[in-house]
Amino acid sequence: MLRKSLNTRLALLFIGAVAIMIAAGCGGSGSTTTTTAASPAASTGSSAAPATTTATPSGEPIKVGSILDETGAINVYGKTMIDATNLAIEDINAKGGVLGRPLQLVSYDAQSTNDKYTQYTNQLILQDKVAVLMGGITSASREAMRPVIDRSHALYFYNEQYEGGVADKLVFLTGVVPEQQLSTLIPWAIKNDGPKMYVIAADYNYGHISADWVKQYADKNGGTVVGQEFIPLEVSDFGATLSKIQEAKPDVIVSLLVGGNHIAFYRQWAAAGLKDKLPVVSATFGLGNEQVVLSPSEAQGIVVAYPYFQELDTPANKDFVALWHAKFGADYPYITDSDNAVWTGWHLWAAAANKAGSVDVDKVIAALESGIDFDSPEGKVSLDPKTHHLVHNVRIAKVNATKGFDILETFDNVAPNVYIDLTQNSTAHTQYTPGGK
Amino acid sequence: MSWDQILNLLISALFSIATLALISLGLAVVFGMMKIINLAHGEFLMLGAFATLTANRLGLPLWLSMVCAPVVVGVIGLVLERGIIRHLYGRIIDTMLATWGISLVLVQLVVIAYGPATQGLATPLGSFRLGNYSVSAYSLFLVAAAGGLVVLTYVLFMRTKYGLMARAASQLPQTASALGINAGRINMLTFAVGSALSGAAGALLAPVVGVVPSMGMAFIAKAFMTVIVGGPLVLSGAMSAAALLGSVDNVVSYLSTPFLGQGALLVISIVLLRLMPNGLSGKWRRQL
Repeated sequence: MLRKSLNTRLALLFIGAVAIMIAAGCGGSGSTTTTTAASPAASTGSSAAPATTTATPSGEPIKVGSILDETGAINVYGKTMIDATNLAIEDINAKGGVLGRPLQLVSYDAQSTNDKYTQYTNQLILQDKVAVLMGGITSASREAMRPVIDRSHALYFYNEQYEGGVADKLVFLTGVVPEQQLSTLIPWAIKNDGPKMYVIAADYNYGHISADWVKQYADKNGGTVVGQEFIPLEVSDFGATLSKIQEAKPDVIVSLLVGGNHIAFYRQWAAAGLKDKLPVVSATFGLGNEQVVLSPSEAQGIVVAYPYFQELDTPANKDFVALWHAKFGADYPYITDSDNAVWTGWHLWAAAANKAGSVDVDKVIAALESGIDFDSPEGKVSLDPKTHHLVHNVRIAKVNATKGFDILETFDNVAPNVYIDLTQNSTAHTQYTPGGK
Repeated sequence: MSWDQILNLLISALFSIATLALISLGLAVVFGMMKIINLAHGEFLMLGAFATLTANRLGLPLWLSMVCAPVVVGVIGLVLERGIIRHLYGRIIDTMLATWGISLVLVQLVVIAYGPATQGLATPLGSFRLGNYSVSAYSLFLVAAAGGLVVLTYVLFMRTKYGLMARAASQLPQTASALGINAGRINMLTFAVGSALSGAAGALLAPVVGVVPSMGMAFIAKAFMTVIVGGPLVLSGAMSAAALLGSVDNVVSYLSTPFLGQGALLVISIVLLRLMPNGLSGKWRRQL
């Protein structure tokens, strides 16, 4: 009797555990969200135009689409990129819209799950019939969207720092790539911290490909990678990793960690007293406002490289920050490099559509490939027609005591690698990696 | 292996074990004593972390904030037991559905109140040197605190009148009732105790992980695994399972990668349950 009831209890406990796994599989915390799936931006339309504009957009709105993560593990990046999207659409409409018509944003929350990206990409193309799609945060989400884009011959902008190498006629990428970010950061680390590097990276395509890049740039600049480790996105206990790092005795840790759970690494690294002994340089730190979440006693001194920092002292950035603070409040934690990429992506598309005189996919691509400049918050950027990437101005900066960054060095007009000339090739849908192809 | 390497590995393994013990203690009490499968267990941990964060932001020192957490979560558990769960005793599937619903509501309430972003508390206590290694002092504190909570739970159930009544109501409910034990009141207290233990665990983990409304998800699968592998004995079973799984996870992560560490945890659980279907403590002759 006792035995039977025990077995029953265990069986039921198993059912419970399985139920949890299934629910987690359906979208992590995202499955619990009540956020309305489709929320056309409330503030778009002609009413947003201030008195100073030359033309008020009128007529049938142009539908444009955005998919980002408002909930789930990746929302540390998504929240601020959604704000950037709304602000960019509002700004374009305030400046006369596209072809004299206002933009109407259709946006979806992918809840940090890749299958939702595929689903909403289909929905935006087939049902909402948008003129352009922007979005995707992790490289995994971008690669979930890209096959749908290619199949449907839609136009897609990916506005986030990533591992580089995407060559696709239909895809434009406004984020910074390793040949711009790691090519400056790794030599800086070798020069200032020492040649021995330990790489810790998120365990998916971004982390693996970027770790290969780190190795390549380390070799090229007289450094060595003494150890590397890939951490699943769910892991938040870094005890074993910290032990291994201390054994390898590197001069510097290169962090390619991603997401909310991985913030625990910096906390445990500082708590173990390694902050002043073993410096961290990172290609991802700050995009999720880690320097705001962590206290200065934990994060101060971490070195990163991005095109954009809120502190940039340029007129374009001053206007951008003022506009941002007017909409979201002056106490907004920090405007990230991803926000700059999102803002730039939308404005480049708007400029190209206006230049083409149409929102037709092929005509806009032709206009984008004709050589377009934009006065972005990071400075003047130009779209490289051959690669569909941007020529960026890259800065190396250090976390300061006030939860922001101090800029140390600037590299102007750093060009992306050309793997294939997309102006000559309209069928390429591929990604080049340092490992080969 | 040198002495500092072994000591460092030992501390790191103890930390993993303490983490598992903390996240499964409240679940083990509620499941073992009351046969309730609490699917909102992860959210109780999360509430403990948020209670600590809130108290700390309101100006309380960190240690005092941590003491607030079990009180707050215990009271929340009490209210939920009185309002919902007591109507469902003996209906295991219905309790699962109800606690699953509670977990969804709790996550959303916290998202509304605090937003979905990760928050944090800096890890206190600094670090110390161990040969070639530098070790966080808080990880030792966490291990000690986990041990303290286990002892406290043992004393509560083995040395107090309430504990005696709770075990009686759990093992032979009819006889206990016939002897004048008010089972309803005992169940209410046991659920509150389990919730408070979860709250304390959330508070202790808050300074080492990111505090985020969805954090319960990261813990609940591991907590269930520990309790299942532990078997029928509430405390000794779950704690031995924590010791076994925690050290396997840590040592495998250390020798290979964190990915394989997580994998080893699952493989060991499956093999153990195949060989010992009633869990580690299935044949032990102890009381708790």
